[in-house]
Amino acid sequence: MRVVFKTSYDKDIDLHPDWWERGKIAVLLVVMGLLPFLVGEYYLAEATNTLIWALAGMGLMVLVGHSGQVSLGHAGFMAIGAYVDAGLMTAGVPWIIAFPLAGLAAGCFGALVAIPAVRMSGIYLAIATLALFVIIEEMIIILEPLTGGVGGMFAPSITLFGIDFDRYASLSNFYWLVLAIVALVTWGYANILRSPTGRSFLAVRDSEVSARALGINVTRTKALAFGLSCGVTGLAGALMGHYIAFFNYELFSIFISINLLLVVTIGGLGFIQGAFFGAVLITAVPQLIAILRDGLNASVGIDLGAVPGLDTLIFSVILVGFIIYEPTGLYGRWLKFRAYVQLFPLARREMFRRQKTYLKTERMR
Amino acid sequence: MSLLEVTDLAVHFGGVKAVDGVSFHVEEGEVFSIIGPNGAGKSTIFNLISRFYEPTRGKIRFDGAELTALAPHQVADLGIARTFQNIELFDHSTVLDNLLMGRHRHRATHWVQDLLFLPKVRAEERAHRQKVEEVMEFLELEAYRDKMIAGLPYGVRKVVEIGRALSMGPKMILLDEPASGLSVEESQDVAYWIEDMRRDMGLSVLMVEHDMRLVTQVSDRVLAVANGKPLALGSPAEVQSDPEVQAAYLGTATAEDVA
Repeated sequence: MRVVFKTSYDKDIDLHPDWWERGKIAVLLVVMGLLPFLVGEYYLAEATNTLIWALAGMGLMVLVGHSGQVSLGHAGFMAIGAYVDAGLMTAGVPWIIAFPLAGLAAGCFGALVAIPAVRMSGIYLAIATLALFVIIEEMIIILEPLTGGVGGMFAPSITLFGIDFDRYASLSNFYWLVLAIVALVTWGYANILRSPTGRSFLAVRDSEVSARALGINVTRTKALAFGLSCGVTGLAGALMGHYIAFFNYELFSIFISINLLLVVTIGGLGFIQGAFFGAVLITAVPQLIAILRDGLNASVGIDLGAVPGLDTLIFSVILVGFIIYEPTGLYGRWLKFRAYVQLFPLARREMFRRQKTYLKTERMR
Repeated sequence: MSLLEVTDLAVHFGGVKAVDGVSFHVEEGEVFSIIGPNGAGKSTIFNLISRFYEPTRGKIRFDGAELTALAPHQVADLGIARTFQNIELFDHSTVLDNLLMGRHRHRATHWVQDLLFLPKVRAEERAHRQKVEEVMEFLELEAYRDKMIAGLPYGVRKVVEIGRALSMGPKMILLDEPASGLSVEESQDVAYWIEDMRRDMGLSVLMVEHDMRLVTQVSDRVLAVANGKPLALGSPAEVQSDPEVQAAYLGTATAEDVA
């Protein structure tokens, strides 16, 4: 097991404590960058989809994982991102301007909505955001001249400095673009977490009472978390629009919100890595189920294609299993596995036992 | 003028008069203790100063500012730090992060600067860590620096909470039962720290405590309350020998009962 000797405060402040860790990230980025040369068109498209889900997952992670709020309305914010981006581009605005504006629009709308919403918590906030989602969905249908209504709208293909980033014609370029955006957002997210802003999010999540006593403006902090979360989710929505190319309001259904919640909870609440783990799971499992189903049909002759709702059932079982047996998610499981290997043969079950916490002051409101 | 002036403070929850007409003042560099039986309204007084409760009547002035006109998070900006009776730490963060959260009122960067982690943010972080490290050294918390709160023993958590309050760089620190649940040695440590806070850091300390040994050891003055009403105010010895205080603690033995 490697031990990091800290010789300056910078060791703590840096994102990675040493060159070994930095190297691992660099290798990961290089492998991701070389992916278009390694895999075929189909898998590259899937990888792009996974990255977009990871981006949206990071958006929700800020909210659920780091500031302790919940939202069932994030599909709505994805929709705002997608429609603003596609709408501006249809009006002739170049992508490089339309894309940040899409994130900004979703973020500002989120922060605005958050001001009344943050007074609620838990199930009430979930219901309020669900209601908000329904409103956004209806607005899309009503604003037909802008959004194409039920018919849907077309996301123009991206051209940047004369290079084509079309999702079909030049998938590799589109993939690299998405990868760059995801890497950039991840970096910003990590920066937030190691600075006072991120600490204030955690403070509000773990104890609002002491956050107030430390001088943290809880309402403002929650609204900021909401805004950042919705902004990132809006960016993901814009990319999703380009990825699907032709979409209507049905693309951003309530199931997207639920799937996003699955991404963050199964991935591992409170870890950036969790969003990626969760995104891989959410995009890979349907594919795996399809492959297994085809295999089963071909080899044994059992046709499960006729069973409706099988995917949903398997998903639900996975989610329930995680909440009961591994609340820290896939990333938490990975951390435990890593500790086990590093400490071998000294690791003991008890080390990973969840601590029960007693004595919480009744929340003063 | 005193640092903290509480005048005729009262809060009523429906018919319950949790605090009813309490007045006291704490001088700069003074250790002031509030004692009283369970349910006397001691912690309620703290929560009124922290602005978690809205007082029914009365005034709280700190350093010339009227607290009752402020929002809860603005109280910290004036330089009032506090701990909680039942430990309100951020369980899923390390000791270091908990103490750094205490530096929040000194933050000088906007979230956009944080997002980009500009050189200014790094410089600020270094400065915060310097301060936090001083607090850690003072409270001998170095061994737990990078440990999660969730895995720490009770006694250490109590100390981390004091550390978090000290990291705020306050003028006055409110300690809500700092020695409850601590061993004799640990509460002796708390006594030394309180004396050091006053002597070396020039802090005023307002404390609620049941451990009379600790109270008499460190306090300049003591206020005894019962049923939300003030009973006696004076030096620890005076308050302890006050017949009304003894009656409140040991039950009401009026003159007629004795006769």
